[in-house]
Amino acid sequence: MAVMTMREALNQAIREEMHRDPGVFLMGEEVAAYQGAYKVTKGLLQEFGDKRVIDTPITELGFAGLGVGAAMVGLRPIVEFMTFNFSILATDQIINSAAKMLYMSGGQFKIPIVFRGPGGSAFQVGAQHSQAMESWFAYFPGLKVVMPSTPADAKGLLKSAIRDDDPVIFIEQERMYGNKGEVPDDEDYTIPLGVAEVKRAGTDATIVARSLMIPLALKAADELQQLGLSCEVIDPRTIRPLDIDTIIESVKKTNRVVVAEESHPFCGVGAEISAQITERAFDHLDAPVRRVSGIDVPMPYAKNLENLAIPGVKEIVAAVKEVAYV
Amino acid sequence: MATEVMMPKLSPTMEEGLLSRWLKKEGDRVSMGEPLAEIDTDKATMEMQALTSGVLRKILINEGESAPLGQLIAIVGEPDEDISALLNKAPAKASAPATTAQPASQSEPATQPPTQPQTQPPTQNEQPAAAGNGKQGNVVEAPASGRLIVSPLAARMAAEAGIDLRALSGSGPGGRIIKRDIEAAIEAGSAAPEQASVTQLRAVPPLQQPALTEASPYRDQPMTEMRKTIARRLVTSIGPVPHFFLTTEIEMDLAVEMRRNINELDTEHKISLNDIIVKIAAAALIKNPQVNASFQEKSIRYYERADIGVAVAIDDGLITPVVRSADQKSLSQIAGEIRGLAERARSRKLKPEEYMGATFSISNLGMLGIDEFTAVINPPEAAILAVGAVTPKPVVRNNEIVVRQIMRVTMSCDHRAVDGATGARFLQTFKKILENPLYLVV
Repeated sequence: MAVMTMREALNQAIREEMHRDPGVFLMGEEVAAYQGAYKVTKGLLQEFGDKRVIDTPITELGFAGLGVGAAMVGLRPIVEFMTFNFSILATDQIINSAAKMLYMSGGQFKIPIVFRGPGGSAFQVGAQHSQAMESWFAYFPGLKVVMPSTPADAKGLLKSAIRDDDPVIFIEQERMYGNKGEVPDDEDYTIPLGVAEVKRAGTDATIVARSLMIPLALKAADELQQLGLSCEVIDPRTIRPLDIDTIIESVKKTNRVVVAEESHPFCGVGAEISAQITERAFDHLDAPVRRVSGIDVPMPYAKNLENLAIPGVKEIVAAVKEVAYV
Repeated sequence: MATEVMMPKLSPTMEEGLLSRWLKKEGDRVSMGEPLAEIDTDKATMEMQALTSGVLRKILINEGESAPLGQLIAIVGEPDEDISALLNKAPAKASAPATTAQPASQSEPATQPPTQPQTQPPTQNEQPAAAGNGKQGNVVEAPASGRLIVSPLAARMAAEAGIDLRALSGSGPGGRIIKRDIEAAIEAGSAAPEQASVTQLRAVPPLQQPALTEASPYRDQPMTEMRKTIARRLVTSIGPVPHFFLTTEIEMDLAVEMRRNINELDTEHKISLNDIIVKIAAAALIKNPQVNASFQEKSIRYYERADIGVAVAIDDGLITPVVRSADQKSLSQIAGEIRGLAERARSRKLKPEEYMGATFSISNLGMLGIDEFTAVINPPEAAILAVGAVTPKPVVRNNEIVVRQIMRVTMSCDHRAVDGATGARFLQTFKKILENPLYLVV
């Protein structure tokens, strides 16, 4: 196992999969000559050439559509959005073409494509460039949505996403590219989609978190342990299909849940998780499911306000204390 | 549109209310927020306000009758509106108000008419609990239709353990009954003994058994809400709470003298010995925080303030209004506060926050000439101090017999939270200060 950044783990996953399958190719803005706006695609142009690593014009709808077409005829495109904020322009191709093609063609066309790139808040990039888009894509049947929280998960999940026969939305957190962790060297190291991981076991409350919120939830769990509260931290890793069974098992044990997310609360993934818990584990709840979400406003540019808009350890700790009646 | 007026929950522990007086009569116009009736709850007489405006069309329960929480007791609507649909929902009792006047009613059929579930069906989670409790037959009450706030988990646990949720008070926000409350109840076994004692009492009505040739004549006084609450609360204390008792004798000469001096300073001052006892008990609690405690399910709770419950006898019952932070208050403040609380207690106007949440209680029967007694702990407090009369007694001091003002106090302690030596140390401090009240200002 080597220690590497999330950026390097993603790069390794793409490289390994491009070696493994000649049908895998990469395209997007600045992915080739510039080596990626966030350097995730570093060295790939040199290694695989410009037929498989392609710089596109600033035309998200266009190259997303190109990708869907390529997938229809059997290739495995990886389409990078410079950030998921720009995927908004491509949503017609993602939602109307990629997500529905298998269904509308009566199963004739699989769409094995990965749309990937950074999402969520960054550092002072303003309201239009700081959005957590996962609930948009998770809403539509036909798409899988993946959000890794560690370098190892990033590698294992991205490799599974590339090998998957369905369209996968793979959202990397912009603030986490430099996070380091141990990553297995194995070229067949994959993590199945739709399987959550218990990042920390506990008995008194469950914190369901994803992506950027995982390190914060683990810190919160450390603080709460000092107060004698043992928290279980669950990372679904795949937002859709959601591994609700693992969450329900945990709720049956702890009876209290906090869902931590960076995104807005309204119609968010946390709302969905909360609803499913209420439907499936009502009799096991000792307190209402409590969400900790980003503030329900466009992301402020000012640094102090930006910090206030994103939930932190303090908010998670407070929410757990609330549901645990401490 | 016509609106149903239900028996409201006017105290945190109220399960049914006795309608003591209608303030409006049928045909009167009422506006939202206006007092509609006076309700006698388990603790106090409270005003029930109209929640809507209109005409009081129909009164469905007479003065002096009880109704469980949530039972339809009146209808407010427009003067000419058809309210027959709502009237059909009213319990059968409304048409037969004479039931409470019947002598020797063994159970409570009057307050639990068979049509009761129609007014507001119990939630699914309450049903198993009711079924579980109903083993003894129909004498055990169906769940009141009043809104109990309970977490889904707690509801299920209570159902499985056969615990009557209405016998519990919730420790969650807004009085929500949560997991730890059920666990505490299971541990304390409070539900079971209470259930058993209730059925026992009902099964064996000793006064009605024929003795000799002819049974003694008797009178069944219907219990007031307060009397019912006292009965229920005390059973949950002396049964599950392991009491032990510590008695000591206190020389009161200096305290008596101090009281006289203070009262002579200014005719405004009317300090009683009990006021001094309250303050000194609070001071001793702060010095011995182990006694200022409460046994919880997985922990012992230690309070930071000494909030003293002072038992006040009132017609047909007692209540313990609370003097908060009594160690911090002056004697005249304590005296004034206790007088005000006692007056409001006697007129039954205490607010819940004035009688709930004491950390320690004092019961004084000295004025009734009792020398010494033991008191029953007021859960969840860990101790109560029973105070007897101050009487001149011969005692030996420096090998001589002298007369001193002697008072005996007995503290009842919850042994789960307080041990003998801990309780004794508190009493030591208490005695030391009371025998020389100058310690209060040192």
